[in-house]
Amino acid sequence: MTTQTSVDMTNKKTLEIANLNFFYGSFQGLKNINLDIHDKKVTAFIGPSGCGKSTLLRTFNRMYDLYPGQRAEGKIMYHGKNILEPGQDVNMLRAKVGMVFQKPTPFPMSVYDNIAFGVRLYENLPKGEMDERVEWALNKAALWTEVKDKLNKSGLSLSGGQQQRLCIARGVAVKPDVLLLDEPTSALDPISTAKIEELISELKGDYTIAIVTHNMQQAARCSDYTAYMYLGELVEFGETDQIFMNPNKKDTQDYITGRFG
Amino acid sequence: MSGEHSSKQYDMDLETIRSKVLLMGGLVESQFHDAVACFRSGNIGQAETVIKADENVNTLEVSLDDACSHLIVKRQPAANDLRTVMATIKVITDLERIGDEATKIARAAKNITERGVTTINHYETIRVMATSASNMLHDALDAFARLDGKQAIKLIAQDEAVDHEFRSIMRTLITFMMEDPRTISSALDTLWVAKAIERIGDHAKNIAEYVIYIVEGKDIRHTDYAATQLDERTTN
Repeated sequence: MTTQTSVDMTNKKTLEIANLNFFYGSFQGLKNINLDIHDKKVTAFIGPSGCGKSTLLRTFNRMYDLYPGQRAEGKIMYHGKNILEPGQDVNMLRAKVGMVFQKPTPFPMSVYDNIAFGVRLYENLPKGEMDERVEWALNKAALWTEVKDKLNKSGLSLSGGQQQRLCIARGVAVKPDVLLLDEPTSALDPISTAKIEELISELKGDYTIAIVTHNMQQAARCSDYTAYMYLGELVEFGETDQIFMNPNKKDTQDYITGRFG
Repeated sequence: MSGEHSSKQYDMDLETIRSKVLLMGGLVESQFHDAVACFRSGNIGQAETVIKADENVNTLEVSLDDACSHLIVKRQPAANDLRTVMATIKVITDLERIGDEATKIARAAKNITERGVTTINHYETIRVMATSASNMLHDALDAFARLDGKQAIKLIAQDEAVDHEFRSIMRTLITFMMEDPRTISSALDTLWVAKAIERIGDHAKNIAEYVIYIVEGKDIRHTDYAATQLDERTTN
């Protein structure tokens, strides 16, 4: 399958993925993926379950390294370096390429420490600066006004939507370049979802964002670029408006119009 | 329409809308046909039937608009489905206007007959133009029913001929009026009829443009896309 690239190539690229293949043991989860993730833009990945969206996202910060038997081949260029090479400092990479998961995963500690924990891994900040960083991150995640009086309460005491924004704040606190969001709103109610979507549009001023979503309208609303994947292959990649108004491939059209399966 | 949706109800909703548009198309087509017929025959009863029939067209417009809004809110259509719904909303506006124009023709027929002043052969003046516009409308509805982009492009080019015919009718009627002021009243009625027919041609052209939007995803309004396409086909 050839990949459609009806995309303005003048944009700066944060990640350049070339000939990427991914294996779960002997099963090939990704087949020869080629695409660019553009700087300070939101790229959405859509496709049916098991098509490789999350797998692809997990290669961007080598999250798969945590599982034996999973390996990636090919190139993911980030700041001129192939991050798939063995010499890559994976901890540094994960600080620069943060991830938020489907279910909110706050640590069983206070709201304050949820944010400070990650920062302490990479920076040694005096108390005053750490306070500022925590406030800054919570502000970025549009959560500050809601939690400023309960910074010492457990992160687990927050509502689902607040927990998810806490996780985004935790990701933002270490000042990454890229935020990977793996179905960040699928466990949330519509109001919390709207807040996260609002947050995404604000965050893209400072970060490059890649989001996996099963909610097609969410992809249409939040993203600048959309990639449609099926059975481990990238079927079509293009500007979101074009993909949702007039996709080039029939397969893409069938999926987004609900003619799939 | 390509393939079926996972939701059968979605397919049924779209199909209901489509067949209602075609029903509305059929109604305005016969409204136009009957209006021209009574302009020829002077049958006042038929003219009144045409005027009355416009109510059905208006009711259909309202109910189709409502069906499209419901489909959008329930299904959030995308890509070709979205284009179909958007184009449908516009097509029904054009159809409703065609109904209005047919009503104007019927009123003019009634006026001329009631006044009994038929010093010019008013039907003969508009005959050719009425046939062209009627063919255009028929082809536009056919292109919409079959989602036939090629037919749509062909008929867009015909609109120029109808416009040309209108200008020529206007010159003829002006000549009549200058030569014999007693014809002014019926010549003016005939001119309104010619104008209504010319507008029906425009609406048919609009419908053809929406068909191309559905099929190709291109908005060709206010462009010379159709002419260019036709030129290319003739050259090849």
